[in-house]
Amino acid sequence: MRKNIIDVKDISKSFSISSKSPGIKGTLKHFFNRKTTEKKVVKNINFEIKEGEIVGFLGANGAGKTTILKILCGLLYPSSGHISVAGSIPFEREASFLEKITLIMGQKQQLIWDIPPIDSFFLNASIYGIEKKEAIMRIKDLSEMLEIDSELYLPVRKLSLGQRMKAELLAALIHKPKILFLDEPTLGLDINAQENLRQFLQIYNRETGATILLTSHYMKDITYLCERVICVHEGYITYDGKLEKLLKKLSPNKDVSIICKSIKDIENLKTLNLEIKNISDNQITFTINKLDFKNALKEILNKYDIEDLQITEPPIDEVIGKILINKK
Amino acid sequence: MEIWYKKIYCYGFMNIKKYLKVYSYFNYSSISIELEYKINLFIDLITSILGLIGSVFLLSIFFSNTDEIGGWNFNQALIIQGIYTVLNGVTNTWFNPNLKEIVKYIREGTLDYVLLKPIDSQFWISFKRISPTGLIEILLGFFVLSYCFYLNNISFNIWSSIVLIITLICSISILYSLWFLISTTTIWFVKTWNATEVLRSFLYMGRFPMDSFSFSLRIFFSTVIPITFITTIPSEVLLGLSPAWKIILEVLVSMTFLIFSRRFWKFALRFYTSASS
Repeated sequence: MRKNIIDVKDISKSFSISSKSPGIKGTLKHFFNRKTTEKKVVKNINFEIKEGEIVGFLGANGAGKTTILKILCGLLYPSSGHISVAGSIPFEREASFLEKITLIMGQKQQLIWDIPPIDSFFLNASIYGIEKKEAIMRIKDLSEMLEIDSELYLPVRKLSLGQRMKAELLAALIHKPKILFLDEPTLGLDINAQENLRQFLQIYNRETGATILLTSHYMKDITYLCERVICVHEGYITYDGKLEKLLKKLSPNKDVSIICKSIKDIENLKTLNLEIKNISDNQITFTINKLDFKNALKEILNKYDIEDLQITEPPIDEVIGKILINKK
Repeated sequence: MEIWYKKIYCYGFMNIKKYLKVYSYFNYSSISIELEYKINLFIDLITSILGLIGSVFLLSIFFSNTDEIGGWNFNQALIIQGIYTVLNGVTNTWFNPNLKEIVKYIREGTLDYVLLKPIDSQFWISFKRISPTGLIEILLGFFVLSYCFYLNNISFNIWSSIVLIITLICSISILYSLWFLISTTTIWFVKTWNATEVLRSFLYMGRFPMDSFSFSLRIFFSTVIPITFITTIPSEVLLGLSPAWKIILEVLVSMTFLIFSRRFWKFALRFYTSASS
């Protein structure tokens, strides 16, 4: 049985924030008499993560996902609660702890802008006390996995966003971390680059047994990589479990599109006690609950003269999007 | 016995080795960056030379109608100019490229990456960049100082050279600590560029002998912002005018400032909230 690598008990985090009213009056008021309020962004959360798991954090913007990630990697001090990551208290930021983790942020970079990434890799290797020979080996292995080669010798500013992200990953993984914290790693990448990155992370997890925690707004990242998801809403954890189970819970319906021979049939179909999603020309689409699906379909096929029929389940993006939009 | 021996080896010797290696990579990457922009290097060189000529010219204007200002003649005041040039070179080589970036680290949230590296964050922030053109200014400063040796008939003496180097190191430490302290407040105030500019303009005061200022200004520059310690004491050491207590005081002041700036940084990090994504 795999051991827990992350233990979070009753963690909360508050920030003091100040808001400003519009206009000159508001600006002056904000300057002379700034009122700050305490805002709790993470509220008494609990979870455990086992070694080698890939867990996705889902939630709308501002739900508290990144704050949780930052508490876990030791950047933020929790206001209350207990936390243990790889046997250490993250905020103490002991060298032995920092050597086990890495943080990759899609919107921030650590590579030095004006020089080739290879120089940043050697700098990082020296920080982690990796000998040059060993560093060369690791760079070679990782660059093969990431399929980057000649780009390592070009100034970072000349690289495309996809190439830069791969180089960022290489820089972040040179010390063979046990836990990867990824904050929207595919942000801004094109579809191919996203796909490459996902494949790499999956292989990396399989080969090294590293634990991966990620937040992303691209649902494909989550569905491709994560078996388990944690949904965060206004600082609370609203769901923690298998992604499959969540999808079943959130998407109880199927769509049935029916093409009829005449408009009259459409009019007849309208009278059925089913939820209509869409009507166009001689096509009608119903949204039917999975439990009633069999009977409803039987009725349609027996009673009406239809030309064609298509059954679809709502795209996964739409389903998970419900969490982000409806905040359920 | 073995344990403390091992501890010194692991946390002392090996750590120094690691930090030296990291520092060599810092320097290498900074020089690579500078060499990417060749023209800039040339412009910086010309700026340093013109800056020095301008300062000496300004000093000569002050002395055109009088032989002494605050008990210092032109040749002696030139020593202060030399020391100022060395310190300004140090500022331009290390402090300016690094400490100015603190604001950027905090505003953009890239301090996250620094804090998650198994290396001292203050070391990283203070030494990541080096601007090699500032080294030219340091050389120019030492050139002016050696010319002052000739002008003031100062005989070279090992003992006074050691004391001069100690006082110079102390001056650099005070300057560094002041700059670092101000930059650290960025964690709360986010934007403190102007404050470091004010510090730089106070440093310009250091080009003139402290005795040439009024009593109240002298008190201000010795206590609140110890510019006196920064340029005047090393100059007095060179002229053999500085009593021992002043040198000891400078060492104490610089140590206090260094320790305080370090403690303050550690304290401030607890309030770092990291930029939102």
